[in-house]
Amino acid sequence: MNIELTVNGQARSVQCEERTLLADLLRDSLGLTGTHIGCDTSQCGCCTVHVDGQAVKSCTMLAAQADGCDIVTIEGLAKGERLHAVQQAFSACHGLQCGFCTPGMIMASVDLLKRHPEPTDEQITEGLAGNLCRCTGYVNIVAAVKTAALQINAGASQGARS
Amino acid sequence: MYPFTYQRATGLAEAVAGLKADPQAKAIAGGMTLLPSMKHRLAAPSSLIDIARLAELRGIRRDGNSLVVGAATRHNELTADPIAQSAIAALARLAGLIGDPQVRARGTLGGSVANNDPAADYPAAVLACRAQIVTDRRSIAADEFFQGMFTTALAPDELITAIRFECPRRAAYAKFAQAASGYAMTGVFVAQFDDAVRVAVTGAGPSVFRWEAAERALSATFSVGALDALSMPASGLNADQHAPADYRAHLVKLMTLRAVADITGATA
Repeated sequence: MNIELTVNGQARSVQCEERTLLADLLRDSLGLTGTHIGCDTSQCGCCTVHVDGQAVKSCTMLAAQADGCDIVTIEGLAKGERLHAVQQAFSACHGLQCGFCTPGMIMASVDLLKRHPEPTDEQITEGLAGNLCRCTGYVNIVAAVKTAALQINAGASQGARS
Repeated sequence: MYPFTYQRATGLAEAVAGLKADPQAKAIAGGMTLLPSMKHRLAAPSSLIDIARLAELRGIRRDGNSLVVGAATRHNELTADPIAQSAIAALARLAGLIGDPQVRARGTLGGSVANNDPAADYPAAVLACRAQIVTDRRSIAADEFFQGMFTTALAPDELITAIRFECPRRAAYAKFAQAASGYAMTGVFVAQFDDAVRVAVTGAGPSVFRWEAAERALSATFSVGALDALSMPASGLNADQHAPADYRAHLVKLMTLRAVADITGATA
């Protein structure tokens, strides 16, 4: 079957099987291997991408279900060389160790910061409940989300003044 | 997953006709249970009929003393909806306890109710709130709808279009989540109406059920103290590696106490 979707701002038309998962379409057909598949059973959240502005697990969605949708993957966050504030914060706070869960953590964090621009620890924990990290123990991940929130809010208020 | 054909239905009648024409076809909305089941080859439908975008299954509205929620309403839509929050706040909060944020962005009310997982959250609210399950052809009372583990009154080609909840005067849902899966080890929804109290239990038994002894006690006196003399019998309750039946029986009373305490402001 043929799927038409927008991926990171670009209109794409892709041939795939009916049973192709969105995660596999992104990785195998479009070469966007930043979306990781950790468990393939919707537990770990490594495959989190945004579909029409909401974080979803792309291993538990058919590519066919995404026909006509607007998709953003980890590759679509940075503006050229400039990393997204959440990417910067994960780097600055060492919010990762092996890095496998990081693309999903970052996509879920961007989603949770839209809902909670000034998140409490509890809101961060709840917002990342669908993402597993087996290295860090989450302390630096929570710190990274808080740091990103401060940077995003500072940027927004600076933008409002100028 | 085994191969299947996929079709996005353009209308409810077309979706129902598709299910009627092929007994091996399945409707898919969010797919949060169906897709994992297909990956595990527990389900192998010949064809998926996507009903997620059908206009007939959308919308949340107040109708007199009822809250009518479209079957394709996603969990996070119900949680955030102001009409649902003001009509049955406990239902909106319950939706926010399902799965995780990514699952709540995809999973639907109708899908969860049609699946009738013994540990799903929604069936407790549906049964406690004297809901009517509205389908493409009839309306079914919750008391007749849930018939056993993963079993409902739905015909194979019948689709839920909406759930019509009766708005209780006061209500609360208390959940003891299984730590890894987030499913209800036991969840209890208590709804107080002018003429009755309903106590619906999920996670503890093979299917959602009403704890009628608690309903009688709370109808006489709506307080945590009214439950003092009661205990839930363990026979017939679920037992697995996470919890034996007597532990679940204990949780039924504890969650009931917590829900009543939440409503009355007492401590459980």
